[in-house]
Amino acid sequence: MPGPQPVEKSDVVAMPKASAQPLITAGSSHVADRIFYFAMLACGLCVLALVALIVYQLISKSSPSWHAFGWSFFFRSEWDPVNEQYGAFPFVYGTVVSSLLALILAVPLAVGVAVFITEMCPGWLKGPLAFTTELLAAIPSVIYGLWAIFVLVPLLREYLEPWLMKYLGWTSFFEGPPYGIGMLAAGIILAIMVIPIISSITREVMTAVPQQQREAVLALGATRWEMIRTGVLRNARAGILGGIILGLGRALGETMAVTMVIGNRPEIAKSLLAPGYTMASVIANEFSEATTDRYLSALVEVGLALFIVTIIVNILAQVLVWTVTRGTPARANA
Amino acid sequence: MPETLIPTEFAAAPISLWRRGMNLLATLVAAGAVLLVLLPLGAIFAYLVYKGIGSINWAFLTQTPKPVGEAGGGMANAIAGSVLILAIASAIGVPIGIGAGIYLAEYGRNRLGDLIRFTADVLNGVPSIVVGIVAYGLVVLTQGHFSALAGGVALAIMMIPTVSRATEEMLLLVPNTVREAAYGLGVSRWRTTLSITLRTATSGVITGVMLAFARVAGETAPLLFTAFGNQYWNWKINQPTAALSLQVFTYAISPFDEWHRQAWAGALILILLIVLAVSAVRIAANYGTLKGAN
Repeated sequence: MPGPQPVEKSDVVAMPKASAQPLITAGSSHVADRIFYFAMLACGLCVLALVALIVYQLISKSSPSWHAFGWSFFFRSEWDPVNEQYGAFPFVYGTVVSSLLALILAVPLAVGVAVFITEMCPGWLKGPLAFTTELLAAIPSVIYGLWAIFVLVPLLREYLEPWLMKYLGWTSFFEGPPYGIGMLAAGIILAIMVIPIISSITREVMTAVPQQQREAVLALGATRWEMIRTGVLRNARAGILGGIILGLGRALGETMAVTMVIGNRPEIAKSLLAPGYTMASVIANEFSEATTDRYLSALVEVGLALFIVTIIVNILAQVLVWTVTRGTPARANA
Repeated sequence: MPETLIPTEFAAAPISLWRRGMNLLATLVAAGAVLLVLLPLGAIFAYLVYKGIGSINWAFLTQTPKPVGEAGGGMANAIAGSVLILAIASAIGVPIGIGAGIYLAEYGRNRLGDLIRFTADVLNGVPSIVVGIVAYGLVVLTQGHFSALAGGVALAIMMIPTVSRATEEMLLLVPNTVREAAYGLGVSRWRTTLSITLRTATSGVITGVMLAFARVAGETAPLLFTAFGNQYWNWKINQPTAALSLQVFTYAISPFDEWHRQAWAGALILILLIVLAVSAVRIAANYGTLKGAN
């Protein structure tokens, strides 16, 4: 245990101040304090500088493409490096569809896990279960991709996709050859990756709901499930929505696992079994091969769009989570 | 159990079969969700060990990749490359992150502090592939070629927000009385921050740093066009460098069985290295010289 350090300077001048400021404000330690303060300030400003740098880099490097195509960049469907024509619509479509598919699969499971861990499971199981589900968040994305290619995709191709075609083929969401790789595989692997994020935020906001709320609902004669539904989930809903949006942010920007299983074909197909392409994947696949300025700037513009969307999504999520955890629970009137 | 708090004489009507059924159903559904989520986790680890362990041998750990079609070879250069890139990333990211955390905790109760805090959260949400683009523009274009430095810078950018917010959180846990005691003894403010406050929070700060490290250690996307990959040994920070995660990616999407086998082995090594690094530092922090005053 390192005790208090001895004072080096004997020329200590004690100057009482109104606030709880340190007593020594003169002499060499004053200079050292200023230097230290500015060094730490510089580190803090680094964070601001980094974000400014990201914005500057993305905007300046994407300007050729922006000048050539303007807003139409995001609505055009052709991606033709040979003729220097770029439109990002298939990537935007792939990103949105794969992320939404991931949310549809992940949200019920993630909320179920959170409900089980916070409200239902015996105390001794809480810690290990929470730890294990968080472990999912620690697995590198490339390992998810590896597993998906060699385990998930064959399973989809052999079993799930033929089954879906047989029984749900009439919806036209599940038709065409069952490749295994494609939008569905990307959605499933993304779902597995965002579940720990959504469920940990959901647990956090559910824990923030006051205990009296639960006791009050139980005292009215509710069963445990009725208590969870009316007393907990309803109060925490804004925060849960925040967690879902945070998961969406992660899904939108996820690169490696999706690139490995989505098929990387810039096509827009209604069927979820067909291959697609996402914004992050096209950058990952083509950035180091982009030979011309306009090609490179088109890819950077895709990155800029991805950046702006994820920033907005993350800020929205933060605000929603704060409304619950910062002591002002969302109003619970029916 | 809160239910037992209800005195029985007030429990008027017995709970209907429907409500009991819904309660049971909800419990089963939630438990089922847990099982369904644990399934892929178990499957991923099982496959990693099952597929990976057979391919890890001495050659894998000591040799560079063989040309396509030849059996054997290994990922030694990629393991070394990952270590090099992560060392660069930590050397840049950890001091700046801790410094920013100190600023936020000790001087940041103001507008600027709020702005930096908010910006750090924004930076945390930036997709890793976008960070790769920025490092490309910043380092690769300036240098004229791909390099380990560019990869390190990309990962450092990702470490800074995590490290700074964790440091801030830990420093704020240190009671103010500890700081005041130091001031009372005439210790200067900077010395108090470094030798008393930061030292007290050491183990928490190290946990935060390790979380950031584990998060970037498996990153692949920002390395694709910064470190780029290399089939040979490289120890120069301004040359293209192999990385374990990159190699796993390249091998996984290749059409060769031999490479698939090595991809599993590489993935297992990657996970093991992350776990090893994290637990080594934890043990050092708990028992060794790094132990903070508590």
